[in-house]
Amino acid sequence: MKRGYTLIWLIPLILAISLLPVIAHSVIYRETIFLILMYITLAVSLNIILGYTGYVSFGHIVFYGIGGYTSFYLMYRFGVHLILAMIMGGILSAIIALIVGEAVLRLRGAIFAIATIGINEAIKSLVTNLQFLGGATGMFFNFKIYKTYGGAAKAIWFAYWIMVVVTIICLLTSYFIKNSKFGYGLFSIREDEDAAVVLGVNTKRFKSIAFAISAFFPGLVGAIFFFKAGNIEPDDAFHLVKSIEMIFMVMLGGFGTVSGPPIGALLYERLKGILLINPLFKNLHMAITGFILLIIILFAPGGIVGWFRNRFKKLRSLLE
Amino acid sequence: MILNVENVTKKFGGLVAVDHVSFQVKKQEILGIIGPNGAGKTTLFNVISGVYYPEEGKIFFNGRDITKVPSYKRARLGIARTHQIVKPLNELTVLENVMVGACFGKTGASLKQGMAIAGEVLDAVGLGHKRDVITVKLNVPEKKRLELARALASGPEVILLDEVLAGLNPTEADEMLQVILKIKESGITILMIEHLMHAIMKISDKIIVLDHGRKISEGSPQEVASDPKVIEAYLGDPDLALRLIKSKGNTL
Ligand SMILES: Nc1ncnc2c1ncn2[C@@H]1O[C@H](COP(=O)(O)OP(=O)(O)OP(=O)(O)O)[C@@H](O)[C@H]1O
Ligand SMILES: [Mg+2]
Repeated sequence: MKRGYTLIWLIPLILAISLLPVIAHSVIYRETIFLILMYITLAVSLNIILGYTGYVSFGHIVFYGIGGYTSFYLMYRFGVHLILAMIMGGILSAIIALIVGEAVLRLRGAIFAIATIGINEAIKSLVTNLQFLGGATGMFFNFKIYKTYGGAAKAIWFAYWIMVVVTIICLLTSYFIKNSKFGYGLFSIREDEDAAVVLGVNTKRFKSIAFAISAFFPGLVGAIFFFKAGNIEPDDAFHLVKSIEMIFMVMLGGFGTVSGPPIGALLYERLKGILLINPLFKNLHMAITGFILLIIILFAPGGIVGWFRNRFKKLRSLLE
Repeated sequence: MILNVENVTKKFGGLVAVDHVSFQVKKQEILGIIGPNGAGKTTLFNVISGVYYPEEGKIFFNGRDITKVPSYKRARLGIARTHQIVKPLNELTVLENVMVGACFGKTGASLKQGMAIAGEVLDAVGLGHKRDVITVKLNVPEKKRLELARALASGPEVILLDEVLAGLNPTEADEMLQVILKIKESGITILMIEHLMHAIMKISDKIIVLDHGRKISEGSPQEVASDPKVIEAYLGDPDLALRLIKSKGNTL
């Protein structure tokens, strides 16, 4: 409908955060902000299928793993450049989403969510059993790989900037979908799929495309993350807890909105940081996260952004 | 013939919900569909709009066989419907609901065009003042009007109205009838299911009567109302039978 002004503050905010490590000359900042950007992209892309389309892709981390493994293998084995390897990882994630989507997007509600967990576990055990991918122990980079990028230190900065770019592209994608006819097709699927199809929405195609887009970006993120980490193994790449974290970030910020998931991701990273350094809460961090999730669903199902939109109607065009 | 239903059968397991039903509808005609509860009226709409494919029979729209055409394509061809049990897009605004109709139906509007069309249609059905309300907040009669608005915004050639008068008070029902007549005047063909005998007898050009999935009568409102088979079908509901007989008096 009427285009709002969300991007006017959101993009500059992301850019400002991204520049912090440079301004502060801080590697620690860089690590923190890399994580924040990564969470933002994961949350924003999950939101396209979860928030816009109404399909709870519970095992969504599988696409991060697929992107990670694909690109890692290409870089490790054939010395492919990160950018190319990353794009291939994203594309393969999207293709796999199209293929599995053909089967699982017919399912609705809880059954769909459970099926996506099954997909994650299945691909994880497949990868664990593939020797050319290193099996259960995974793969390690030889440091020579970073030479192309001017050494390990520079390679990590390079990965960081790629992450910034990917985050911004992901946010723009989310924004343009939200304000497009395609987006309205997705919302109608979320609200009532049977009504949507009778209204002329090609629900099957729309769901597939939404699922593929929301799989593409986690594929990119996985590629960058494991490039930077220098090793990849199945337990890290297909870690279901990360999936739960993604859902949490979307719900906390406000599902179905443009600005909610990034806000949720930012807050979650901070919250996790605080909980993890505190010896008392360290082991309880998932329990506390779960408890907060429950509170949100019960009392503010629209998340933070939803709550503000309800409360302050004037803010609506700024908080899509 | 804009719509031609030929020998259509739809079963749910052992239950034959629509049993070898045939009828034809002329352009710009109002076809009334009546019958006791569970007669298969809604199921017939579901088959025409493509929610279900029939086990037997064929459906032709403007001479084209659409029996196996998926639902969303039928909407684009120009078949729109409302739902007996309303299906609003709850978390969208009223305007956005109608926009979806305009954007994805036969009209195929862009978002901007869709917004303009939605505004006009909402005014026409008397929901203009609610355009920016979140749909979940509407009451049932308003949601019924929204169903109608959404279907109209899609720019249909044929519109299927499933009990749009149910739950409306007499004044609202009269207003709705006026709206329906206007829709007809604009050149749209209407199929409507209704339990309000008085209303459907008054407005329909032709009526078909379903009972246990079968078409037991067809003709002008007068012919149908005096058909002994119809009276018999309604005997399970003496009150309805009485109203049927009364309404015959009204229309004559
Ligand atoms: N999806 C379904 N699965 C199984 N049975 C169904 C389904 N839809 C309808 N039926 C059955 O088919 C029969 C016809 O139902 P339908 O809803 O078409 O009746 P109707 O004429 O619209 O009734 P009403 O006047 O109460 O709306 C009923 O016995 C109903 O229970
Ligand atoms: Mg019915």
